[in-house]
Amino acid sequence: MNTFNEQELRATALNVREHIVRMSTDGGCFTGASLSAVDLIVYLYSEFLNVNADNLTDPNRDYLFLSKGHDVPALYGTFAELGLLDKTRLNNHLSITDHIYWHPNTHIPGIEFHSGSLGHLPSVAIGVAMDIKISGGSNKVVCILGDGELNEGTCWEAMLVANAYKLDNLIFVVDRNHFQANVRTEDLIPLEPLADKFAAFGAAVKRINGHDFTALHETFNAYPFEEGKVNVVIADTVRGKGLPSIQERADRWFCNFNADEIEQLLLELHSQQATQLTSETLVVR
Amino acid sequence: MTYEQLLTETALANEQVIVMTAENRALVRNLPGILGKRFIDTGITEQTMIGAAAGLALRGRIPVVHALAAFLTMRAFEFVRTDLGISGLPAKLSGFIPGLLSDGNGPTHQAIEDVAIMRGIPNVTVFAPADEDDLVKMLPQIWQSAQPAYTRINTRQTGYTHAPFVLGKAEVIAEGTDVTILTYGLLFEQALVALEILQSEGLSVGLINMRSLKPVDEQAILTASAQSKLVVTLEDHFVTGGLYTIVAEVLLKHQTTANVLPIALNNKWFKPALLPHVLQHEGFTGKQIAERILGYKTAHHQPEILTPEFSE
Repeated sequence: MNTFNEQELRATALNVREHIVRMSTDGGCFTGASLSAVDLIVYLYSEFLNVNADNLTDPNRDYLFLSKGHDVPALYGTFAELGLLDKTRLNNHLSITDHIYWHPNTHIPGIEFHSGSLGHLPSVAIGVAMDIKISGGSNKVVCILGDGELNEGTCWEAMLVANAYKLDNLIFVVDRNHFQANVRTEDLIPLEPLADKFAAFGAAVKRINGHDFTALHETFNAYPFEEGKVNVVIADTVRGKGLPSIQERADRWFCNFNADEIEQLLLELHSQQATQLTSETLVVR
Repeated sequence: MTYEQLLTETALANEQVIVMTAENRALVRNLPGILGKRFIDTGITEQTMIGAAAGLALRGRIPVVHALAAFLTMRAFEFVRTDLGISGLPAKLSGFIPGLLSDGNGPTHQAIEDVAIMRGIPNVTVFAPADEDDLVKMLPQIWQSAQPAYTRINTRQTGYTHAPFVLGKAEVIAEGTDVTILTYGLLFEQALVALEILQSEGLSVGLINMRSLKPVDEQAILTASAQSKLVVTLEDHFVTGGLYTIVAEVLLKHQTTANVLPIALNNKWFKPALLPHVLQHEGFTGKQIAERILGYKTAHHQPEILTPEFSE
């Protein structure tokens, strides 16, 4: 297994979390859902994917599809930290003059496909993985799914098709933060035993702590997990990870904080001492 | 009265009402506790929710079904058409954040072809209230009707007090001989601003809140076309298949024509940002609408446009 600098990844992830907090005002964003995906996204772009500022249109690059979509602040932040996106553009969140809004779009170089309507990108990722097989490439295709997103039937159609076509160059990563918009997944549409479900569909499945860089490194270094099988990583994560005051809170999914709260939350990221939040909570999707 | 209060009253008064959602709870926050088993959240499964609504309606229930307008009308389109359209079962679809109300979400969440596709389904009726006052005046009849219905939910406050609703009838706000603006939904708020500016520029101006897009008030369209030198169709919808198309169909059907200016989204998705900026950028503020009709700039002031309380 190749080496990696865990400390550096942690520092990058903390910076990305700061970017997310700063985007959680003046209209707000999906803060909780973005924070759960940060470590995954930072790991994948830093260590696993062959994607950089110079190869964004190279047909031999690796692909990442962000199907969950509303976690795009984590992607904007990661792109800014890794030099794919000018950091000053993060200040343009929701501005009419830029394209930094609540869901991914291809005006941002490095974003492979637009998303926001759930359950679309598993099939788009399959198409890309199929072409790589047909044309004999060795690129990897990663598709990040939300756990709530797995309610959508197209996710399971995609599993059937990926199995039928033996797409072992495709990795579905589930950001298993145990929440859908307003409720815990297991209280609404239970997903467990999730690993068994994917295995029954023919996938090679690994389940890990999605905030543990060592576990991420071991897991992705084991790619491809099994010849001829689509890969699935269930990454157990915490919604709102890094901000104790919103962690695991059903009413803190989409957040639009006031300026004082933003300052407090930036401190909270470092101290891990929960802030007293005063802004209204939102029950939305 | 709010949407949720009306729905609560209606469901408590009628045991047959079932409230459903595909995990979109913004409009029905308190209903799980109040309705118990008559509140059904199917998770993020718009297609399955519509099929289940058909099954419930088959057993005599009246399902009031919630999701974001884009996913309700497009993700589940074939289920609406096949399970509700063919059967004519009276499920009531409440589409949240239709049109420009999806502000910063992006094209994936923009329901700006919903009127076109829903009205194309036999048996399905289509409604678009101007604001929350209009919404709560319209819904009782929509929910009582025997047909499947799609409503573009709009809970904006405009301060305007609407006339009582009659299904299939438009609301005539003003009559005029120079220009009549036909509109529906969110842009009613801006049409009121445009009306005032046009009147102060000396024009005789009519304004009609269409409300019921299917069945549509043909007489209101014919009268406006005969009375006014110019008819403006104003809508936060693609120009194809919405009010402009409806007006064209009605005029052709009655073998007449008119001078019609469509103000709509012309073959493009709108730029995502917060609502006030979207309206300005896309040319839908009252002042911009008036100036487009006049053909010149004015010194009139555009009143502040409020950002929605929450946007998704």
